[in-house]
Parts: sequence; C-alpha cells; structure tokens
Amino acid sequence: MKQVFKRPETLIKTTTHFCPGCHHGTVHRLVAEAIDRLGVREDTIGVAGVGCGVFLYDYLAVDVCEAPHGRAPAVATGIKRVNPEKIVFTYQGDGDLASIGMSEVVHTANRGENITVIFVNNSVYGMTGGQMAPTTLLGQQTTTSPRGRDFHYDGYPIRMAEMLATLEGVAFAARVAVDKPANLRKAKQAVNTAFEMQAKNMGFTFVELLSACPTNWYMTPLAALRRIEEEMIPYYPLGIFRQRKAADYL
Amino acid sequence: MPKVVIDEARCKACAFCASVCPKKLIELGGPINQLGYQPAFFSPDREGECTSCALCAEMCPDVLIEVFREEKAS
Ligand SMILES: Cc1ncc(C[n+]2csc(CCOP(=O)(O)OP(=O)(O)O)c2C)c(N)n1
Ligand code: SF4
Ligand code: SF4
Ligand code: SF4
Repeated sequence: MKQVFKRPETLIKTTTHFCPGCHHGTVHRLVAEAIDRLGVREDTIGVAGVGCGVFLYDYLAVDVCEAPHGRAPAVATGIKRVNPEKIVFTYQGDGDLASIGMSEVVHTANRGENITVIFVNNSVYGMTGGQMAPTTLLGQQTTTSPRGRDFHYDGYPIRMAEMLATLEGVAFAARVAVDKPANLRKAKQAVNTAFEMQAKNMGFTFVELLSACPTNWYMTPLAALRRIEEEMIPYYPLGIFRQRKAADYL
Repeated sequence: MPKVVIDEARCKACAFCASVCPKKLIELGGPINQLGYQPAFFSPDREGECTSCALCAEMCPDVLIEVFREEKAS
C-alpha cells in the first residue's frame, strides 16, 4: 500500500491545545507542508504572535521566537535583516495583527521586508475569551459587542489583504479559506507561493486564512464551517490581490 | 492494514472528516478517549468502498488521519 496522505515532517506529532474544530491546526499543517516542500526546515525561523497560535514552538520543528503582542513583523524584520539567507515568517491572529499590531504589519509591508506573514483571521480574539476584533463581522456577538457589532460605535470589519495589496512593498497578498477541500487546495497553493517568493527574494508576502474559532463563535465545529462559507466569504472575498512578477529585491 | 488510519487517542470529535467523506465511511462515537471525546472511526467492513481520496485527512484540523492506496499490480 502506498501512503497518499501523511503528516508533514515539520509538524511535530503531539496533542495540541486547540479546541475541537479549531483551524489553527490546519494552518499549522499548511505552513509545515510549505516548509517541507522547499526543504528549508533547518533554515526557517518562525515568529509567533500572541493568541492561540502562540505555542507554535511546540508544534513546528523549526526555530521559533515569540514576539510581544502585535510586534511579530518588527521582530521578523530584525531576524531577516541579520539572517537574510533564512526563511522567516510570522504567524499572527486578527487581534494580534489587525488591532494592537496594525502599525507593525503596515510598515513592514510598506518597507517590502522579505518575510512571509501568515494571518489567521477567525474574526475574534480567541485566546482571551472572545472579544471583538477589528475583523469581527457586523452583527457578530462577542463579549465586548454583546448586542452585535454596530458600525456606529465599532466601525467596519477591516479587509487586511486588500489594504496591504495597495502598498508598493508587497509582493504577494492573498485571502484564502480552509473550510472545505476545494478552498483548502487554494490555501495550500497560496502558502506555498508566499514561501517560494520569499525564497526568491521577491519582497513581503501575506496570506490571510479565513478560519473557524467554534468556541468563541458559540457554535459546533460543523456549524462554524458553514459560517465561514455563509457569512465570512461574502464579506471577505477570496483571491490574490497582488502578485509581483519579477524579483526586484536582489 | 486498513486504507484509513485514524489516531483515535488524539481525536477531538469535530466530525470534519465524517462530514466530507463522499462515501460516508467515517463515523463518530467510538469508545471515549483520554481527552474525553468519542472519536471518529473508519468502518473496516466497508473498506472496499474507500477510494483513498484523502478528503477526510485534508479536513482533519488535528492532522490525525493517514490514508493509503493499494498499489496497482503492473
Ligand atoms: C500587550 C498585550 N495586550 C493584551 C494581551 C492579551 N491578549 C492575549 S491574546 C489576545 C488576543 C488574541 O487574539 P487573536 O490575535 O485574534 O488570536 P486568536 O487567539 O484568535 O488566535 C490578547 C488581547 C497581551 N497578551 N499583551
Ligand atoms: S479559542 Fe478559538 S482560536 Fe483559540 S484554540 Fe479555541 S477555537 Fe482555536
Ligand atoms: S479516503 Fe476518501 S473515501 Fe476513504 S474514508 Fe477518507 S474521505 Fe472517505
Ligand atoms: S477530523 Fe480529526 S479530530 Fe475531527 S473527528 Fe475526524 S479524526 Fe477526529
């Protein structure tokens, strides 16, 4: 018998702390597969943000540095500048990246730092018990928007991939979803492309992955999958918003 | 060896695998594991229907499923 699906080598075989149906596990796997595919496990440095993805160092067999909340792109900038031959990526949630870390990611993208940002958008602060994030959908109930997000008070959900795609330093900006096999295939391609482009010194690469947090959506895992399709994708369209063709950072 | 091997001890019973199997070969409700969940299991008696498409494995957020395919005799 031939094995047609196996765990990537970079993904350590252990029990994760993630809740049932949490897509952090899926995103970890896609990153591990991209690292295996490029054969760069010994040459990759991850920078974890603060949130449920913070235990990246327990789950990926690469060196991982932990950054203060939101500061992962700044820390990754420093690591990449002194080790330009390493593959450097950040792994950040939407509370981390789009709220407290908004400034770091925008300026890092604008400087065209040759790093990859993996952005897990689950529309809520997961780790701290489900507060509203800048990405929380209108009407979504969270502990800090108990009557649902209202744009009069809270503004509108921010589309990070499109926003960053306007910046000249950005080589690749895409949004994908991990809710079903067809979308997962595209998600895998996008993560692979981002790491490959970094390996070719093409500039800042960004992948936003629409993901489920069943616990703080107060839903079963299967209902959370449906919510990605029915509520998230209509507001957060999938696609590649910017893709630089030739390397101009050499 | 079965075509689909599930690490039942680590399964959190999210049911993603069962929901995508086109042949409905995966069920939930196995004997309770150490994490406190009733895990998914593959029905060995219906193994012949499994196409080794690996959709179940792709969907498992905890990456607990291994899929094998019979090699064609050349
Ligand atoms: C400076 C600072 N402020 C606040 C916190 C508390 N805190 C921990 S995780 C988190 C939000 C995480 O949400 P997100 O980035 O969306 O990740 P998720 O848990 O949803 O994956 C916050 C506010 C902190 N650790 N440090
Ligand atoms: S709280 Fe949400 S993001 Fe955190 S592990 Fe649970 S499901 Fe995942
Ligand atoms: S490999 Fe395909 S057919 Fe076989 S159990 Fe998994 S999803 Fe079902
Ligand atoms: S997808 Fe994975 S964790 Fe979820 S029920 Fe199936 S084997 Fe268990």
